[in-house]
Amino acid sequence: MNMLKGRVGLIMLGTALLILPFVLGMAGTAWVRITNFAVLYVLLSLGLNIVVGYAGLLDLGYIAFFAVGAYVYALLASPHFGIHLPFWIILPIGAFVACIAGMVLGAPTLRLRGDYLAIVTLGFGEIVRIFMNNLSNPINITNGPKGVNLIDPFHIGPINFAKTDTFAGLDVSGPIKYYYFLLVVLMVVIVINRRLQDSRIGRAWVAIREDEMAAKAAGINTRNIKLLAFAMGASFGGISGGMFAAIQGFVSPESFILNESIMVLAMVVLGGMGNIWGVVAGAIVLAFVPEVLRYTVEPAQMALFGRTLVEPEVLRMLIFGSALVLTMRFRPAGFWPETRHKREFIEPAEK
Amino acid sequence: MAQALIEALNLEIHYGGIAAVKGISFVVEKGEMVCMIGANGAGKTSTLKALARMVDCSGEIHYAGERIEKVPGHTLIRKGLALVPEGRGIFARLTITENLAMGAYHRNDKLEIEADIERVFGMLPRLKEREHQVAGTLSGGEQQMLAIGRALMGRPTLLLLDEPSMGLSPIMVDKIFEVVRDVAARGVTILLVEQNARLALDICSRGYVMESGKITLADTSDVLLADPRVRAAYLGE
Repeated sequence: MNMLKGRVGLIMLGTALLILPFVLGMAGTAWVRITNFAVLYVLLSLGLNIVVGYAGLLDLGYIAFFAVGAYVYALLASPHFGIHLPFWIILPIGAFVACIAGMVLGAPTLRLRGDYLAIVTLGFGEIVRIFMNNLSNPINITNGPKGVNLIDPFHIGPINFAKTDTFAGLDVSGPIKYYYFLLVVLMVVIVINRRLQDSRIGRAWVAIREDEMAAKAAGINTRNIKLLAFAMGASFGGISGGMFAAIQGFVSPESFILNESIMVLAMVVLGGMGNIWGVVAGAIVLAFVPEVLRYTVEPAQMALFGRTLVEPEVLRMLIFGSALVLTMRFRPAGFWPETRHKREFIEPAEK
Repeated sequence: MAQALIEALNLEIHYGGIAAVKGISFVVEKGEMVCMIGANGAGKTSTLKALARMVDCSGEIHYAGERIEKVPGHTLIRKGLALVPEGRGIFARLTITENLAMGAYHRNDKLEIEADIERVFGMLPRLKEREHQVAGTLSGGEQQMLAIGRALMGRPTLLLLDEPSMGLSPIMVDKIFEVVRDVAARGVTILLVEQNARLALDICSRGYVMESGKITLADTSDVLLADPRVRAAYLGE
């Protein structure tokens, strides 16, 4: 009975996700694009969740891996170097390069935890961004602050992701194609995440998060397991970055500022560290709320007061910030916490 | 003829420029129960951490006929060397059962692991009553029992115990030491680090006294208990 209910729910959710872009498309292609970026944020959050949620390593420079993936894609599929590789070759390369970057960050920080680790990762994120900004001299690799333009969209056979095609009388625009592609990637990433969580590796991450010395004494190779968390999280970031570059058609260093790292971390924490569905929910809410506010703040003021009292941009961030503070005040463990993280807040240790 | 299970030769530990342990040598023989007593900061915990390869040291450590001063710490449980860290180091947000299972992380024999969990519960019935409870909600004494139980899940031949009495009420301390004695009776060799000198010397056959990074006395418990220096410094007489 319960399984049947679950299955019906799943089919309904699946159908909703399948027709979603067409419904949103009626309100404007912009909303499909916003949805695509929301899914990218979900992918990023799931990647960061491995590092922060599972292994308990506070990473404030996660966007650097997204940047690495995006630049790998941009440089291998644009007129900048005149290289035009297909996406299914570049995405794995991007993941691999990001994975290496993850280990480069992980190796020297193995002994650090908490605030110290946060500071180092923050520095790492900035280093990557500044590199992208300055690697235009003496050899022009990244094209500096101007960024890389005219990045190739995805191509699958005759289907070009930048153009609108008509299938069976249905107009399928570029963003809608990316939406479906992202949806497939998202499902794969969720399955991988779930597998990881229930695996031996997942248990080792939990142990390290709880007490590193005890984990080591229990026979866990804490060094390798921590490096693995960094590497896996970074790979997911790299893949998301590649898709970001293709969807956007343009990358520049300013897409990868510290604010973005903090945003992704906020999604993980707000949603519920360690719980896949919580993280998904957190990312979707935080990606959509600012956009919804963007379109509603001004009309709402006009309707209420007849004129714009507060700058929409200011008010938008004010509402957004207050919403974050209130959520953390009333749901400190996030919307949908992992049971183990929840225990920290709900059952304080009694001595 | 008893044989040495673990032996340290000229063990030195430095934290930055500070020498915490200044070239000590000692031995624990198979089946023995030995304690290391001394005041705060004498280097006892550092010594134990070095044996478990949690901190770097110089000198030699021989364990079961093998040099281990350079091997990675996480491999030692496979060799039968288990550490119960100072301050217990339980996984506070995992349940009792999950904590115990984590102690068998390096093992793959699922059925045997389950049997061992039951065996540990048999030794520590207080834990059995709370098996699905989160470890962080246990009392200090119960957490200590859990830490010992988790170490036993690795089926150790040598158990390194770091201050199991720390922060516990006298009644609880007695219970913990009963458990320790029980473990020893099952053939596990024990090296116990304690500030509570009387208790430690009462249950151990031999003891080492550490003072500012050096071993100053080494003898059987009876001799140490009668030694005026020990009586004055550690037994409060």
